[in-house]
Amino acid sequence: MNRRWSRVVRTPLGLTATVLMAVVLALAVLGPLLWDAGAEAVDTDNIMAQPAGAHLAGTDSLGRDILLRVLVATRLSIGLALLAVVITVVAGLLLGSAPLLVGRRFGRLLSAAVNVAVAFPGLLLALFFAVVFGVGATGAVMAIGLAGAPAFARLTQTLVAGVAARDYVSAARVAGVGRARILFRHVLPNIAEPLVVNATIGAGTALLSFAGLSFLGLGVQSPSYDWGRLLYDGIGVIYVNAAAALAPGAAVLLAGLAFNLFGESVAKALGVSTGPRVVRVGGAEPPVVEDTRATPSDVVLDVRDLEVVVPGQHGPVRPVRGVSFAVRRGEAVGIVGESGSGKSLTALAVTRLVGDDGRVDATRLELLGHDLRAPDTAVRQRLLGTSLAMVFQDPMTSFNPGRRIGGQLAEVATHHQGMRRRAALARAVDRLAAVRIPDAATRARQYPHEFSGGMRQRAMIGMGLMGSPALIVADEPTTALDVTVQQQVLDLLASIRAADDVALMLISHDVAVVGEVCDRVLVMYAGRIVEDLPAADLAGSARHPYTRALIDAVPDMTTDLTEPLATIPGRPVDPADVPPGCAYAARCPLADDRCRALDPELTGDATHRVACWHAGEPLPARHETDELVESP
Amino acid sequence: MSELLFEDVTVRYGRTTAVDGVSLAVPAGEIVGLVGESGSGKSTLAKAAVGLAPLTAGRISLDGVPVPTRGRHRPLQMVFQDPYSSLDPRMTIGESVAEAMPPGRSRAARRTEVERLLDLVHLDPASAAALPSRLSGGQRQRVALARALAADPRVVIADEITSALDVSIQGAVLNLVRELRRELGLSILFISHNLAVVRYVASHVAVMHRGRVVEHGPAARVLAEPSHEYTRELLAAIPGRRSRS
Repeated sequence: MNRRWSRVVRTPLGLTATVLMAVVLALAVLGPLLWDAGAEAVDTDNIMAQPAGAHLAGTDSLGRDILLRVLVATRLSIGLALLAVVITVVAGLLLGSAPLLVGRRFGRLLSAAVNVAVAFPGLLLALFFAVVFGVGATGAVMAIGLAGAPAFARLTQTLVAGVAARDYVSAARVAGVGRARILFRHVLPNIAEPLVVNATIGAGTALLSFAGLSFLGLGVQSPSYDWGRLLYDGIGVIYVNAAAALAPGAAVLLAGLAFNLFGESVAKALGVSTGPRVVRVGGAEPPVVEDTRATPSDVVLDVRDLEVVVPGQHGPVRPVRGVSFAVRRGEAVGIVGESGSGKSLTALAVTRLVGDDGRVDATRLELLGHDLRAPDTAVRQRLLGTSLAMVFQDPMTSFNPGRRIGGQLAEVATHHQGMRRRAALARAVDRLAAVRIPDAATRARQYPHEFSGGMRQRAMIGMGLMGSPALIVADEPTTALDVTVQQQVLDLLASIRAADDVALMLISHDVAVVGEVCDRVLVMYAGRIVEDLPAADLAGSARHPYTRALIDAVPDMTTDLTEPLATIPGRPVDPADVPPGCAYAARCPLADDRCRALDPELTGDATHRVACWHAGEPLPARHETDELVESP
Repeated sequence: MSELLFEDVTVRYGRTTAVDGVSLAVPAGEIVGLVGESGSGKSTLAKAAVGLAPLTAGRISLDGVPVPTRGRHRPLQMVFQDPYSSLDPRMTIGESVAEAMPPGRSRAARRTEVERLLDLVHLDPASAAALPSRLSGGQRQRVALARALAADPRVVIADEITSALDVSIQGAVLNLVRELRRELGLSILFISHNLAVVRYVASHVAVMHRGRVVEHGPAARVLAEPSHEYTRELLAAIPGRRSRS
């Protein structure tokens, strides 16, 4: 927190805000001490004087120096504004968190009341309360404080509702922890950041509202004076002495700016950035090494030395480090790995979907012979749009929820194939039927939320079939689906492959799925391919220790019930922290010093490649006490 | 050792019936697996047992006494699916575990108990001072188990506790579940959609579909010779069971 704050202060915004706030607060504290006497000094010989000499902003109707009065008024203005903010925050917190404490029925009534109150404009509410509480500083503080409470309460309610649904709150409820304790211990600390930001920015608004109320004559009354009161006095004589109104006006402006900028800086220090400073990865450089070997004509996707670089907290991170493989026509290649293996990024890199802050490098990256590293052109977009189909993991978010399914599918045809809208929609319906969505014509006119998860995935495949794809890239397409629906989607992919000789690249953490669907399997660990073998050999002839450990660790319907399950000690490698040498050495029972120093290359014949110094060696027998005590 | 009994339990949200007349028993000291797909009502049934979902009809009892859903004494605890939201990110591991303990212990006694529980789930007791962000998913699930055990429960419900974990880490948590049953005599209701995992931990299996229990019995029998059509469908859909065409 302190680190982030000191970083923010060094930015122009942070620096300006901090300096301004410091000046404002210093004036608030010191102003009356230094200049109170001067501000009260009545000088009847010098009434309504123009700015000159001793009086830089002129004098008012009693000969008092206006500039000094503005400076002294800082304390009252700021003090009242802050008091109003305190009232807003306390009232808002009470109203916003009450639904959690009082139970559902009363909570609903309370929420409804707050929502109605939010509908009233803030200033209108302030005026209403000012009339209720009476004219004067106290009344004005109550008015502005309570007028801001509904909006704050609404924000609190929303944040509380978000946190109250989380599992740790449920766990506390199940353990019997009382509601009040849950509120103070679990909910409020976890929503503090947006609330603090809002309160800080609210201080600026309160200041301006206060000036407004006083200007209307409802706020501070004589003989006390704040900026708004000075404005009220000054506006009447603005054609005689403009500074009388402009000086307090400028003060309000500067102080309001100080609060708002400070709120923005607090927001930056606390919430918005999630920690890692984005280090810009260098722009795409022209590839230095070209691989000019001719590609066999039946290769659909050719990848050599693929590398993905993304910015990280302590410098660039390479989640994918030197991946090479090829996919032939009609072939199904599976990529298996756990979290941190880089399998999803490989798929995104191949389909040119890596975000702007990441960089993709390769000595060769070709789809159907076209170089994908070349700059983006309409021709390349059409190639990717019609020859490549992509299926994403999360069926909930892969479609635009605001447009009908048929229209989204038709977009491919209208955009890339130049079809007219009616013809494109007809083709969309045809493709939906091809992916076995019943009643396709009606379904095409529905929105994504009316489709189930499995149907959405099938519609996604249908979108890919709008062109004539040579390759389908599926990134964990069935992870979020039930097992029976998963079977239907996998069957669909198999039938499409058989019908049109379409190649498939299937990424998954589920070895069983990949083993069933694919001809060939690439096992990835820490950004590299560690083994490339036929799927039929997975169970029996895997040679890399990680592959074998992965197969052993997955329980299936024939696992021995009398033995503890095989586990791999340690945890998957963090891409930001890849050790030298073989990345798997820390968890491997066969590792020796050579493994820890040198990273093995992927070697082998055309059907089976392994990257391991001890490939194929028998693994030591599992011990009962493999269950090591773990520390974070 | 206690028996958890669901008798004709129905849970209704407005017009939707999530659980429809379910009767199920978790015998003392046994692990019962509850399988089903999304929408089957298995999670809702678990939530109704611990008081997180309203019980429209029926009875859930522990050794004949209705399960208390208010107050500090909760003999039925639950471990949740998502390791990344089941621990308060602002509380240390030790504080999270200690919170679930019954009140009335001195600070020193609580600290000792926290260390004993962390040791029980094979975590370094020194990690009691760490924040959840430093732990992996598997370690967080162990903390969640330790927290459930801190309340001194007689029955624990595990709701899809390994579904969000990496394959290489899942095994350690499953081994731990079996070990806890063996050493503490804990009765466990193990909910999962993964039949292979359920076969590994559970001695009895119940299959839910659309809010009803369609089949139940000893795990070996149900998973090898299912009598209900839906169970057969579930078994057939497991990847790797069919030869590739």
